[in-house]
Amino acid sequence: MKEKVLVIIPAFNEATSIVAVISAIKQEYPSFDLLVVNDGSADETGKLAERTKLAFVINLPYNMGIGASVQTGFKFAKKYNYQIALQFDGDGQHMIEEISKIIKPIIAGEADCVIGSRFIQKAQTYQPSSFRLMGIYVLRLFSYIFVRQRIADQTSGFRAYNRKAIEFLSAHYPVDFPEPELIILLGKNGFKMKEVFTQMRERQGGVSSIPTWKGPYYITKVLLSMMMAALRSKKINN
Amino acid sequence: MDNRIQIIAIAGSVSLLIFIIILIRQHRLKEEYSILWLFFTSVFILFSVWRNGLEWISDIVGVAYPPAALFMILIMALFIIMIEFSLIISKQSFWIKSIGQDIGLMKQEMNELRAKLDLAKKDTEEKS
Repeated sequence: MKEKVLVIIPAFNEATSIVAVISAIKQEYPSFDLLVVNDGSADETGKLAERTKLAFVINLPYNMGIGASVQTGFKFAKKYNYQIALQFDGDGQHMIEEISKIIKPIIAGEADCVIGSRFIQKAQTYQPSSFRLMGIYVLRLFSYIFVRQRIADQTSGFRAYNRKAIEFLSAHYPVDFPEPELIILLGKNGFKMKEVFTQMRERQGGVSSIPTWKGPYYITKVLLSMMMAALRSKKINN
Repeated sequence: MDNRIQIIAIAGSVSLLIFIIILIRQHRLKEEYSILWLFFTSVFILFSVWRNGLEWISDIVGVAYPPAALFMILIMALFIIMIEFSLIISKQSFWIKSIGQDIGLMKQEMNELRAKLDLAKKDTEEKS
């Protein structure tokens, strides 16, 4: 493969797992470049990642949130001319073997953005609680109303993007809880999205960025952002 | 007629105006953020002095006690100013985010260059 591929790994206090993730990806995909975006971790995440010498490491000056971290990755990808960028969360949920699956449609030119989805096949390893399932259905409905594209897994952070999307996202990227809003933003701006079934594990360590008690706040905030994203004019000028 | 409220309103809004002008003079308040304050304090002064004007407004909007109209204007002014603040905060948090990201990117590039430089230095030292 001649395309320059960047794997963006947002990391916040993941000192226990980051080294293993980096070396595992590098072993499986030696031609890919890795970028760890250390989001102001209080632990040694950044130092440990740098010491492996296998990845580029960006240490953000303070905790900026997942959206800003991933966007930093896109800015990096734009600056250094990567043709493909993918987001890979370092908490053990995403599986390294599935990376090739989500970049395949990008290389084939079938889509601008590929979403690794937990939900489009019956056999799935991930079983959300009923509370979360409700949220998932609401998000799906909203997203379908706004962009008329059926995306089953709105909140998956396992995604790959082509150069066109990289350039767009380095300038426009939602903050706080970006994944569902991103689908609308991309849909509204004429990007082609494709979902691919990927296995995902229960998280190995760390805590969810959305604890259960924050659920209602999350849903409200996300629905508001989605509605606003839908209300904005279709084309954002770069 | 009891005009204590009018005296308080005049004293209050005039001292507010003076206070704001002092802040601008000392460069503690930037001009661009003071425009709304100056505008509304002037409006307060106008209506606390010109009581007929206040009565005229009260008549239009149906407020029985004219000084209450002053409070209505006051609350409206506070709303507008606070919305302006929210706008400024949002704009600044966007800037701060971009600055933080750029610092991260620049530090990474600097480390990369420094490593290359060290390597080059070592090379020349070995040769000599």
